[in-house]
Amino acid sequence: MKILYCNCTYAKVVPADVKKDVLRRLCDSGQAFDAVADLCDMSARKDAALRKIAEGGDTKIAACYPRAVKWLFHAAGTPLPSEGVDVLNMREDSAEDIAKELLA
Amino acid sequence: MSRIEGRNLRVVLYEGPGSRALDGEERFEALSTLLDNGFEVTRPMAGQDVAPADGAPMLVLGRLDEAPAADPEQEVHFRDLGEVDALEAAREVREAAGARKLEAWKPWFPVIDFDRCTNCMQCLTFCLFDVYGVDEKKQITVQNQDNCKTDCPACSRVCPEVAILFPKYGKGPINGDVVREQDVQREAMKVDISTLLGGDLYGSLRTRQREARKRFSTERDESKALLERKRCLGKLKKDLDIPDEVLMTLPSAEDIEERAARAKAKMEKRLARSQTVQDARPAPTERDWGI
Ligand code: SF4
Ligand code: SF4
Repeated sequence: MKILYCNCTYAKVVPADVKKDVLRRLCDSGQAFDAVADLCDMSARKDAALRKIAEGGDTKIAACYPRAVKWLFHAAGTPLPSEGVDVLNMREDSAEDIAKELLA
Repeated sequence: MSRIEGRNLRVVLYEGPGSRALDGEERFEALSTLLDNGFEVTRPMAGQDVAPADGAPMLVLGRLDEAPAADPEQEVHFRDLGEVDALEAAREVREAAGARKLEAWKPWFPVIDFDRCTNCMQCLTFCLFDVYGVDEKKQITVQNQDNCKTDCPACSRVCPEVAILFPKYGKGPINGDVVREQDVQREAMKVDISTLLGGDLYGSLRTRQREARKRFSTERDESKALLERKRCLGKLKKDLDIPDEVLMTLPSAEDIEERAARAKAKMEKRLARSQTVQDARPAPTERDWGI
């Protein structure tokens, strides 16, 4: 199981305190993870790194709305598999709940 | 290089054999500063998975006593956090590796939810900036993301299926939130332009344009005329959430009609070219095109 954290760097749509808190909990967890500055930006650039994430087996993604994340990967030509991907929504849920899910 | 091209530098925050562990605050600071400055960061741990290397240049940062083993095929740089600051090191290596720099841009472009899209082409007809196109399978596609006007979600408001997302938009369902029945009904009403503007969109723009032109010809004070145009378009702005900048650069009604005709002709040409291919979907009708 891999973990991907999206920092949503280029806009303020994810609450800053939730973002920071999730990142801090990940940092302190002893868990391996990948962190990207902004999945939207990567989708726009059709970044090759998205393919590695999409094809690399089961993944938990801390970002925003699952529908947005799904179609951002699709738009980059690297659709997420229909199973094995869990998208956690930092726009809606608390850092505590997200960290619990990520690290479960 | 356009703002959406180029490889990012991947930074690996290393705390494995041959290095000393970072303290919690140092690790968090390094990570969040790098992310805030547009870098991608991986924190590997023994026996756990991260995304594999993908050919992008890599910088290994840590309190390194010796450089860890690396694939000779992979461009890898090593910097010791005992000697350098994480962000400075990343910037220096990014420059040396020719990787992409942080751009002050908001990645703003439409993303289509193909679970909902019916390929009606209203977005293609409506968008004034050639953001949409049609692919070889005659499927609507977002082809010029870079042309999209930052903070303008107008095309998502004309989509009858609520299939267009802008993940960086403030409100749902355009931001990717779940689409509810009332959203579909509301958007359907907006597409029924008679509800929106008391006529069809192009007709309404044409009337407004004509009125504005009449006013311009009698109005000597240009700034007053501009204000009037802004007032005329106020309802459009309010209902479709279109930024001023986009409203003020709207082409003339004739331009819009010409654009719609061109888009329709292009589509018909494509349809004719691939007539041997059985298409399950009906060809767009006059009504579907919204003109
Ligand atoms: S995917 Fe969501 S969380 Fe990530 S950058 Fe885009 S809007 Fe922000
Ligand atoms: S307007 Fe909506 S449903 Fe129609 S083609 Fe565009 S995205 Fe698809």
